[in-house]
Amino acid sequence: MLHAALVFAPLLGAIIAGVFGRFIGDSASRLISCALMTVSALISILVFYQVAIEHNTVVVELVTWMDSGAFEVAWALRFDELTAVMTLVVAVVSCLIHWYSIGYMSHDPHIPRFFAYLSLFTFAMLMLVTADNFLQMFFGWEGVGLCSYLLIGFWFNKPSANAAAIKAFVVNRVGDFGFALGIMAIFLIFDSVDFTTVFNAAPDVAGSSIVFLGANFDTMTVITMLLFVGAMGKSAQLGLHTWLPDAMEGPTPVSALIHAATMVTAGVFMVARCSPLFEYAPDTLMLVAIVGASTAFFAATVGLVQNDIKRVIAYSTCSQLGYMFFAVGVSAYSAAIFHLMTHAFFKALLFLGAGSVIHAMADEQDMRKMGGIYTLLPLTYTVMWIGSLALAGIPFFAGFYSKDIILEAAYADGTGFGNYAFTLGIVAAFLTAFYSWRLLFMTFHGQARAEESVMAHVHEAPKVMMIPLVLLALGAVLAGFLAHGAMVGEGSAFWGNSLFVLPENDTVAAAHHVPFWVKALPAGLAVAGIAIAWWLYIARPEIPGAIATMHRPIYAFLLNKWYFDELYDLVFVRPAKLIGYTLWRGGDGRIIDGFGPDGVSATVIRLARRAAQLQTGYVYHYAFAMLIGVVGFVSWYFYVVGG
Amino acid sequence: MFDFPLLSLVTFLPTVGAAFILLIRGEEEVVARNARWVAIWTTVMTFGASLLIWMGFNPATAEFQFVEQKAWIGSGINYHMGVDGISMLFVLLTTLLTPLCILASWESISTRVKEYMVAFLIMETMMIGVFCALDFVVFYLFFEGGLIPMFLIIGVWGGERRIYATFKFFLYTLLGSVLMLLAILAMYLKVGTTDIPTLIAAGFDPTWQRWLWLAFFAAFAVKIPMWPVHTWLPDAHVEAPTAGSVVLAGVLLKIGGYGFLRFSIPMLPEATEFFTPLVYTLSVVAIVYASLVALMQEDMKKLIAYSSVAHMGFVTIGIFTFTTQGIEGGIMVMLSHGLVSAALFLIVGVVYDRVHTREISRYGGLVHRMPIYAAVFMVIGLANVGLPGTSGFVGEFLVLVGIFQVDTWVAFLATTGIVLSVAYTLWLYRRVIYGELVKAELKDILDLNRREIAVFTPLVVLVLYFGIYPEPLLEVMHVSVANLIQSHEMAMNGGSAVALANR
Repeated sequence: MLHAALVFAPLLGAIIAGVFGRFIGDSASRLISCALMTVSALISILVFYQVAIEHNTVVVELVTWMDSGAFEVAWALRFDELTAVMTLVVAVVSCLIHWYSIGYMSHDPHIPRFFAYLSLFTFAMLMLVTADNFLQMFFGWEGVGLCSYLLIGFWFNKPSANAAAIKAFVVNRVGDFGFALGIMAIFLIFDSVDFTTVFNAAPDVAGSSIVFLGANFDTMTVITMLLFVGAMGKSAQLGLHTWLPDAMEGPTPVSALIHAATMVTAGVFMVARCSPLFEYAPDTLMLVAIVGASTAFFAATVGLVQNDIKRVIAYSTCSQLGYMFFAVGVSAYSAAIFHLMTHAFFKALLFLGAGSVIHAMADEQDMRKMGGIYTLLPLTYTVMWIGSLALAGIPFFAGFYSKDIILEAAYADGTGFGNYAFTLGIVAAFLTAFYSWRLLFMTFHGQARAEESVMAHVHEAPKVMMIPLVLLALGAVLAGFLAHGAMVGEGSAFWGNSLFVLPENDTVAAAHHVPFWVKALPAGLAVAGIAIAWWLYIARPEIPGAIATMHRPIYAFLLNKWYFDELYDLVFVRPAKLIGYTLWRGGDGRIIDGFGPDGVSATVIRLARRAAQLQTGYVYHYAFAMLIGVVGFVSWYFYVVGG
Repeated sequence: MFDFPLLSLVTFLPTVGAAFILLIRGEEEVVARNARWVAIWTTVMTFGASLLIWMGFNPATAEFQFVEQKAWIGSGINYHMGVDGISMLFVLLTTLLTPLCILASWESISTRVKEYMVAFLIMETMMIGVFCALDFVVFYLFFEGGLIPMFLIIGVWGGERRIYATFKFFLYTLLGSVLMLLAILAMYLKVGTTDIPTLIAAGFDPTWQRWLWLAFFAAFAVKIPMWPVHTWLPDAHVEAPTAGSVVLAGVLLKIGGYGFLRFSIPMLPEATEFFTPLVYTLSVVAIVYASLVALMQEDMKKLIAYSSVAHMGFVTIGIFTFTTQGIEGGIMVMLSHGLVSAALFLIVGVVYDRVHTREISRYGGLVHRMPIYAAVFMVIGLANVGLPGTSGFVGEFLVLVGIFQVDTWVAFLATTGIVLSVAYTLWLYRRVIYGELVKAELKDILDLNRREIAVFTPLVVLVLYFGIYPEPLLEVMHVSVANLIQSHEMAMNGGSAVALANR
């Protein structure tokens, strides 16, 4: 009952705000949805205590969903340690963001709709993390995708927002294409899509092979690769990342909740949840590590040169998701979820802080038009510092514990791709610190570059926005310190049976025994990154421009995000449209209709005309035709019948 | 069970209503009003009566139920009616959609209302009859009889190019069904009866089967429609009045899929197996081709028509997997598409009634004036892309699960449909609903009125309900589908491998 209330309270809020919002008004709908969300968050704390601390894992069966032959799927809520961590993160962060949104969206004409979407999203996300089978996870998966679409396109008058929303949905569906095929393969092999059944049978299936697309492959590799394609789409990994920066078209609380703290981490969660499968697919793990590390590096380089404050944080998110993925790639699932949790706090904090800045600057997002406002927004400035310190991995802030354990695990892995991940991770750590302080300095320091009318109105946000910020800042400071012992500590039994690691892959345990320089290097590089950012943007602010001019191609390459959008447009979007048009006009129009109905009817008409021309009306024409006929008939009779 | 001829009642009740309407005399306006009311009452009562079928239906048996048999022409041709777990659901779909169609035509049809309602009611009789018939001659009469009212509905109350569209529609379907008639005659000459259960049990010579199969295929492939005989559908939809499109997409297309399930598979198992690769190929082509073409459409109805072709590709793939999931999924796709495509055409009809154009570029920003409409469109649009939680997902996913067990390539290609469907549906939605409202003729457009809300409510509710809890539908079809698969495998393997049927 309690468990169901945790998941369904936000749905109730969404229905009340969405369906009845027009009758009960703005303030009632936002208060109701926030209240229900708070209930959900409080329950999630209780459930976390029951499940994760006392290890009372439960599965709540609700009702049958589909039942077709052996394909039996039920709606059920599964609460184990992994779920408990996720529900805690999702419900608490969502609750804080709900309250923040009351202030942030106060001038919007569509308040009930906004809260309905936000609560619906939370419901879908909770369904995703509490799923007891692959299909329900897919339900949550697509549900969060839908809400993401709705919220990115929330301001539907903006063409750019509409385009970004569609792009997000379509790119996600490309990932879901893999996920769906993965579920089909799982059913084919295991005759079930229930987690318990599948995971228990996994060791027996390991090593067998499957015919997929006409060729023989290792079963586990095929299944996990397909699932990973889904994870890549949702978590914006290199190749399917293009939607995430564009998703910043949505309102900032949305970016904080969906595109930083929760939805985009669903891919990491999915891989961790499926650790009993991934552990038996070393090839997939290698790919996961390589994709993750490459994303961490790629996104960090792009983040260096962006000027939109939200886009910098978006690329930073993309990069941090890369860390989580290479963590799971080296079997450090617990470290990945640990980083997921700390990241949820400090990244939501950064986004909401940025939102507070944007709110203060009259909806300006370009950092080149900011500057000189740290005295005007002291609290925002402070929390942004805290968020950045946590993100950069400065000791004793949340990110320090989680990022370090990931890098150490990658080092401890010792394989080629482990080293690849470690190296790129270290470089990305340096870049992260640099772009974070570039953001801080450009936004808050230096000359005030905004117009005077804007500067005159710069003000700290109302309490309803600041209190969530302070709470998140507390999380960003304390989450790592408090949780690292339990989540990634040596010999900790915190995760119970919810994560599975083969004994020989236990990199988290090995991570505690790496040389000192491995532990010290990330923090050292982070400090160096901050120092260089200070030098370039505070001490010598003329240098960045000079560097950009000197290395124009590199700068353009980074500014244009490695030209992924242009490439996809050229390779996928335009050909699809061209083929569609050709098939329509040429295929349907000219060939099928041309030779089919239209062609036949034209031929019939033509033949009829010809036949009509024969009817001339002259008697001697008819007589002549008859004569030929008679001659022909007589000849045929003599030669064929008679002869 | 019942001795009461419930199926005949449901089938011919609309005809009785039509007869009543024909008797109405008086001033034009009075006649129109009375015709509307008689039509709505008749169809609602028919729906109520059809619910009795559902209530009395026993899902534990694969036998035909509510059977009525009367000697008719003699020499093996009888009036034989009955339903099983597959056909009963289509009867309900038909009786559910028709009252909504009448309601949707309430104001948009203003000329020759009496004749329109008569045509519609007769069409309902024909459609229900098709699904209930257990004798080939009866089936054929209903099958062909349905063409005439549809021909009239498009040809009289249709758009500008209605004559071209009606002829294309009529000739295509007729050509297919004439071949089917030949097959029926051949079967009759062979077995001496047109009784469908008898013919299912008869068993035909494998070489014969292929010819018979192709003849049936011609009829059903045109009807459903499969690529490349689909081009009549976009034209027919574009020219048909809203309710005509609804019935066409909602019910008439399903007759094709139903035909495969009722005749091709059980009667001609070897040929079915032989031609399965052909069906897969055409279906995959249909999914990819029609989805890409849909992406480029400028006319709303054409876009939905192409989307229908793509969805029917899922149906044919599912049916021909001979797996429980595939066939049940195929039926679910048909039922769900019956609701969703009907709703989509009604959605187009709403704005067509107001602005009198179907061109996408003439719209934009409707959400500002029509929020309820936008919400309905969103829910139905999402069902069209098969989002989990809507009825569209259940069927599509079951089909894919089914085909993945048989052929991963087909599964792979068919799954691309889920990416493309999102693209064309959202693109349509964006161009019609989102953006600024700048076009002058849309400035005063009104949101859904009560009548329209009454039309959409059952559709939206059912689409969501069956997405979350499809059991009521799946439960009914389990035994019939299992029986179908079992007898197919018996025919193929001489009864050795029944195991697969239980998967």
